[in-house]
Amino acid sequence: MEMHRDDLGARLGMWIFIFTEILLFGGLFLVYAVMRHRYSDEFHQAAHQLNAFIGTVNTVVLLFSSATVAMSITAVQKGEKRKGVLFIFITLVCAGIFLFNKYLEWGHKISIGLYPGSEMMVGLKHGYILFFSLYFFMTGLHMLHLVIGSIILTIIMVKILIGSINPGKYTLLENGGLYWHLVDLIWIFLFPLLYLIT
Amino acid sequence: MTQTETHITDYRVYLWVLLALLIFTTITITVTWIDLSAFTVMVALIIASIKSFIVLRYFMHLKFESRMFTVFVVMVLSIYVLVIGLTFFDYLMR
Repeated sequence: MEMHRDDLGARLGMWIFIFTEILLFGGLFLVYAVMRHRYSDEFHQAAHQLNAFIGTVNTVVLLFSSATVAMSITAVQKGEKRKGVLFIFITLVCAGIFLFNKYLEWGHKISIGLYPGSEMMVGLKHGYILFFSLYFFMTGLHMLHLVIGSIILTIIMVKILIGSINPGKYTLLENGGLYWHLVDLIWIFLFPLLYLIT
Repeated sequence: MTQTETHITDYRVYLWVLLALLIFTTITITVTWIDLSAFTVMVALIIASIKSFIVLRYFMHLKFESRMFTVFVVMVLSIYVLVIGLTFFDYLMR
């Protein structure tokens, strides 16, 4: 007897989870909006400290990885197993590049003593402290999502390899893809608001 | 049992979508070089919204999903916009 399966229901569940994620980040964006309104000059100057070049590279890397995840679904649907695995692998490489850039970016800030709770940061003006705290918290939470997404995609890649994700059953891949696109979606707003508006 | 959804998007569609997203990214970056003073944030948000729309519609398959998904997404985003509106209404009126 075949097990009951509800692909639409599974995707709907994933979407409901995504809504909670949107509201989680939404709350942080709301804090950002109000504080930016209140300390607009200080936010403006503090944002100059961020490396817009690394931010841009990471934006391109994430957009590219989103496309490859989407393409892996096409590959699996068509039964092109090797292509499917390859696309997920490219996505994971992109995630690695993103994390390496973040390491360079954060590493530099921490080396000059700029991190939440540091002596240097405590001595800054209120608007600066808020900006950098929001910067570390929002990009940090985003990075956590990226790491979780990478783990999920690694599992998915193995499942495609062993055939438990196949043209007849690929909802897990679709849901993993949705999660990855969410990570991309959040970055689409984080990038201009933190790095560009200076 | 097979997947209920049978729509298969061509690889090329995703490449076009990626190209569109990269073009919008370029626009966002270019726009910051021009001083639009008060409108800078607004322009950045409008472009980010266009990019999100593209990601939601094509990458996240809303275009090919049941209408119900789109309705839910619009509802959630409306609630969020309402919350922002109410917060600023409260904040600015103090």
